[in-house]
Amino acid sequence: MISCREAVARLWAYLDRNLERLQEQELEEHLGLCRHCCGELEFARHVRALLQRPGAAVELPTETRAKLEDFIRQLGGGA
Amino acid sequence: MAEAAGPGLGYEECVRPHLDYLYGVALRLCGNRTAAEDLLQDALLRAFRAFRSLRDREHPRRWLTRVLTSAFYDRVRMELNDALHRSVEEDFDLFDKIAEEDPFPYSDRVHLDFLELFDDARILEVLQGLAPQHRVAVILAYVYGFTAREIGEFTGRPVGTVLSWLHRGRKQLERELWEHAVSHHLIDRGAVGR
Ligand SMILES: [Zn+2]
Repeated sequence: MISCREAVARLWAYLDRNLERLQEQELEEHLGLCRHCCGELEFARHVRALLQRPGAAVELPTETRAKLEDFIRQLGGGA
Repeated sequence: MAEAAGPGLGYEECVRPHLDYLYGVALRLCGNRTAAEDLLQDALLRAFRAFRSLRDREHPRRWLTRVLTSAFYDRVRMELNDALHRSVEEDFDLFDKIAEEDPFPYSDRVHLDFLELFDDARILEVLQGLAPQHRVAVILAYVYGFTAREIGEFTGRPVGTVLSWLHRGRKQLERELWEHAVSHHLIDRGAVGR
C-alpha cells in the first residue's frame, strides 16, 4: 500500500481528476483504510472551496464597469 | 473582408458578457481593485488587437482567459526569476500543523474553525503571498477549473512545469494561510513557541 505521505501528495490531483487510473486506485485503497488521509482529503476540499469563495469582493464596481464598457465600445467602434 | 459582415460576433459583443468573470480573475491575480482594473484594460486592448486573427470564436471565455493570463505573465516576468529561486517548504502540511498546534482546544472541528477565520479580503491577501506563477496555476486550476494542459497553453510552459507550479503553489498556500493566521493574531497560540 502507498504511504500516507504519498497519499497526501496525490489528494489535490485526485480532486481534479488528474490522476492516472493506477494512481487513483492506489489512493482509493489507501483512503479506504486510513482515517488520517480521509481527514486530509476533506480538508483539501474545504481549502479549495475557500479559494472559490471571494464572491462579493469580485463584483465589478459600477463605475469600473462603465469605464470598461466605454473602453471596449471605443475599440470596437473605431475599426 | 466579406467575413467581417458574417454571422460571427464583433469584438464588443464577444467581450462584454465576460467582463465580470475577467474582473474576478484579475482581482484574484492582482489582489487589489486598481491593479485588477489596469490589468483588465491591458488585456482588453490585447484582445482587440488579436481579435481579427481569432479563429476559436466559440470559446471566447477561454480565449480571453488566455489573453488576460499572458498579460499578467508579462507584467510579473521580472519577479518570476526571483520567485523561481525562492524556496518552498515542501514538507509543510497545514492539516497536520493545525492538529499539532490545536488553536481551538475546545472545538471538535478544529480544521473547519481554522478555515472560517478567513474572509474574502483575507483570502485575496493570502493569494498575493504566492509566487506569481504559482498563483496563476492555483487560481486557474482550483478556482476556475482549467486543466494543467490549458494553463500550460496560456503561459507557454510545458504541462510538467504547470504540475510542479500547482504542487508548490498548494504547499505555499498552506504555509501562507498558517502564517497569515499567526501574524494577524487570528489564533491564540498560547504557550507554543514559534
Ligand atoms: Zn494515510
